Amino acid sequence: MTDVRPLRDLGEHPVWIRMVGISKRFGPRRVLSDVDVCFRPGRITAVLGPNGAGKTTLLKMILGLVRPDSGAITVGETPVGADPEYRKDLGYMPQLPRFPQHLTGRELAAMLDDVRGFDDEPDGSLIEAFGLEGELDKPFRTLSGGTRQKLNAALALRYGAGVIVLDEPTAGLDPVASRVLKERVRREKERGCTVLLTSHDLAQLQEVADDVVFLLDGSVRFEGEITDLLAATGQPDLEGAIAWLILAETPSDPAGTGGTPCGPSIAPGGEVAR
Amino acid sequence: MTTSTKVLRYQLRDVLRSRVIASYGGFFLLSTLALVQLGGGLERALPSLANLTLLAVPLVSLLVTVVFLSHGRAFTEVLLSQPVGRGELLLGLYLGLAVPLVGLFVAGTGIPLLVSGGPAGLLGPSLLLLVAGSMLTATFTALGFAVAYTFDDAAKSLAAALGLWLGLTVLYDGAVLLASQQLAAYPLEKPMLAAMVLNPVDLARVVMLMAVDASVLLGYTGAVFQDFFGGIWGITIALTSLGIWVAVPYLVALRRFRRMDL
Repeated sequence: MTDVRPLRDLGEHPVWIRMVGISKRFGPRRVLSDVDVCFRPGRITAVLGPNGAGKTTLLKMILGLVRPDSGAITVGETPVGADPEYRKDLGYMPQLPRFPQHLTGRELAAMLDDVRGFDDEPDGSLIEAFGLEGELDKPFRTLSGGTRQKLNAALALRYGAGVIVLDEPTAGLDPVASRVLKERVRREKERGCTVLLTSHDLAQLQEVADDVVFLLDGSVRFEGEITDLLAATGQPDLEGAIAWLILAETPSDPAGTGGTPCGPSIAPGGEVAR
Repeated sequence: MTTSTKVLRYQLRDVLRSRVIASYGGFFLLSTLALVQLGGGLERALPSLANLTLLAVPLVSLLVTVVFLSHGRAFTEVLLSQPVGRGELLLGLYLGLAVPLVGLFVAGTGIPLLVSGGPAGLLGPSLLLLVAGSMLTATFTALGFAVAYTFDDAAKSLAAALGLWLGLTVLYDGAVLLASQQLAAYPLEKPMLAAMVLNPVDLARVVMLMAVDASVLLGYTGAVFQDFFGGIWGITIALTSLGIWVAVPYLVALRRFRRMDL
């Protein structure tokens, strides 16, 4: 990627995200139970877990889209709740980009600039890097899935936010665009940004992420650096480590190896002993 | 500029580009023209037009709102992940639908009406038809929001919207008539007035038809109402009640929207 324009440095004002005692039910289904987790600035944290583990719910809570039944969330100094102003420092790329069908990319960008009351020059470098310029005047409904996803990413990273939340960012992107985005996310991290992301592509995550939060059945089973996770589970890669964690949960003989798996054990609380 | 007006501005653009919405205006334009030109003058066209409005406006406002909101859910999500409060957003979303729907109704019905209504001395009734139709649009758009935010899935809210429309436009009057027949031995004025205030379609009907002398079309509750109040008083009371009918469903929608998980 040739784009080397500097991004806004967060310097003295990195944003921590703290979630304490978070529980949430959707009807009879318990999605999160008593989750405590912390996201650090200047790091890329991957939120992992099988389908329905509560990943998207967790991310949406940070944005205030889903309200926890109990517990507290703070983004920087601000408790998430009544005042929406803290979201000025948040960039969110949702899983399925569905913007107003009849608006063009340019209008969508203008709308978000406007709604955010963003006075600086917004960062259009990702639009350039994706080669989106030619697509900006077509109505959203005519864009292909990949183009929509690129636009989605470009809009999320447009405001130099202190926190960036990416839900399945590379789904539907071609390898070139995927690389552009990965490169960009790394640069966001270097400027001190708190980056959260989910993905099903574990190999790719291992490449990009520093920390892992692993959710299973609504609670956090591992929180820490990827290297620690690999060491703790004795696995060569993230995929193996996650599989190990899931199997270690099931009471029956994990992976048919007989007895407890070698390496570190899972404490009753679900924490990996280190 | 407030956040609500910003949301409104972009949503207006989106909504007005959709063909379904534009054809709504076209529908009223054509039917009004047809009724006025072919129906033998404005005086005879007005009652038919009132009836058409009473059926079509609630149906279209409800359906457009429910469909738009079920499509627009993900977009609501995008806007709520910006520094936008839920109350401001709902106001923008609501006006973004109610304003174009009212506008198209007023333009579609009003242009042919006023062009032919001015000279004929029927300006007053024509204006009342437009006002009542607009209030009805605002009411049913708000009801659409309340329905869409009460049921999570699109099919359920669509079914509920259709049921609500059928109930308020057709079944309600039938039920009232039936009740009045069964209870013919009792003094029914007060209960009938209450029955009318409880149905926005009845209220709009009274406003539209009291000005024209077409008591035949007033329906049972309307006839009682006209007897009871009549004239300006009646119209004022009916319009105020319609205003309450805009506010209450809107507040219900707001309450649900504030608590909703997206």
